[in-house]
Amino acid sequence: MTDVLDVALRLLVVLAVFLVLPLVVGQTEHKVMAHMQGRLGPMYAGGFHGWAQLVADGVKFAQKEDVVPKDADRRVFQLAPAVALLPYLIVLVAIPIGPGEGAVGQVVDAGIFFVLAVMGIGVLGSLMAGWASANKFSLLGALRTAAQLLAYELPMLLAAASVAMAAGTVSLPGILNAFEWWWLPWQIVGAIVFFVAGLAELQRPPFDMPVADSEIIFGAYTEYTGLRFALFLLAEYAGIVVLCGLTTVLFLGGWHGPLGADGLGWVWTLLKTAVLAFVVIWLRVTYPRLREDQLQKLAWTTLVPLALAQIALTGIVKVAIQ
Amino acid sequence: MPEPTVGAAQAADHFETYSAVGLLAVIGVMFVAVAFGAGRLLRPVVPTPEKLLTYECGVDPVGEGWAHTQVRYYVYAFLYVIFAVDSIFLFPWATVFAAPGYGATTLVEMFVFLGFLAVGLLYAYKKGVLAWT
Repeated sequence: MTDVLDVALRLLVVLAVFLVLPLVVGQTEHKVMAHMQGRLGPMYAGGFHGWAQLVADGVKFAQKEDVVPKDADRRVFQLAPAVALLPYLIVLVAIPIGPGEGAVGQVVDAGIFFVLAVMGIGVLGSLMAGWASANKFSLLGALRTAAQLLAYELPMLLAAASVAMAAGTVSLPGILNAFEWWWLPWQIVGAIVFFVAGLAELQRPPFDMPVADSEIIFGAYTEYTGLRFALFLLAEYAGIVVLCGLTTVLFLGGWHGPLGADGLGWVWTLLKTAVLAFVVIWLRVTYPRLREDQLQKLAWTTLVPLALAQIALTGIVKVAIQ
Repeated sequence: MPEPTVGAAQAADHFETYSAVGLLAVIGVMFVAVAFGAGRLLRPVVPTPEKLLTYECGVDPVGEGWAHTQVRYYVYAFLYVIFAVDSIFLFPWATVFAAPGYGATTLVEMFVFLGFLAVGLLYAYKKGVLAWT
């Protein structure tokens, strides 16, 4: 009985984290972007520096009419937001934030494998949305999404494999247990490749060509309104949380920190994740959008060779120190 | 590396892990269902023919939405399938390659593997596949 209660509690905590952290990232993005561009950002909702802006947005979304275009493939159109959103919830359960069994939703043996496989499903949501909308711009957006997945899944996979080689295990807590500080410089190339590829998979700027509003309106999401549109947005920000959390766990040592190893490990994980989320926002404000051919070129002629080089380096060092 | 336990205990463990994951998936589906259900109760429904027209870019749509388009990256798609299937095999290999008794042999194997990938990529590059046409 206590076992069942324990699992239920953990899953509810995962759900709570899944619903709260993306909003925190979203609000941070509002404010950070605004200040980087010399504006104030939201200031009214909730009183103190517009902290409740996203709550207000949520209320607005919930009471908006839900329009499904007459020509659209109705069922697929309506299901797409759920398909885009839920993989990130499921990935979150496997990410450890502290040492020990108590600080992870559920220890999954095949950690990296599971996480990468489930994250890949999210893209299906965009494809479904783009196809079902019966809208030329949405279709183009969906095809661009597919192109991006094709190009960036591979370097991401290779970079993650490099960490699995270093640790000799694919379990996420196992990797962190094996972590040493000098992995940081050792795996730095892999870390950058993983993070950049992840950004591309989330369609975050500068890789936001699939939703480029000035070219193809809003890509696959053009026809969506209200709650379903809100779920797509939530998926994007949940994706940021998951990507930053995974980069932290795989490459930045997760709960390891210069001090407070016992008990305060989760603070380090959250801190590193937050810094990475800030970088994601920073990149959005800094870089212009990449063109389709530039996207493919970056992936195939830069990231893939870099990831292969990282694997070679990891292999040599690992065998040398054995 | 965690020592693999054998037999029934491992199978039971496995089952427990993924049943928790499955339960989370159920919770997720319930969350979405409740959100959609609540949304249905909260929002107005006033459809008009104009509203149900495909929006596209704001101008009335011309022709049908499932338009023909040339997918110019299909060669990349082939490359991706080849490479990704190869790379999957890296993971089981990664967990054992430095185990006692392997070492240098597996390292050489790794370079053979990387060599194949690199030559493939180089060939694609030489053929001009990686350049936009």
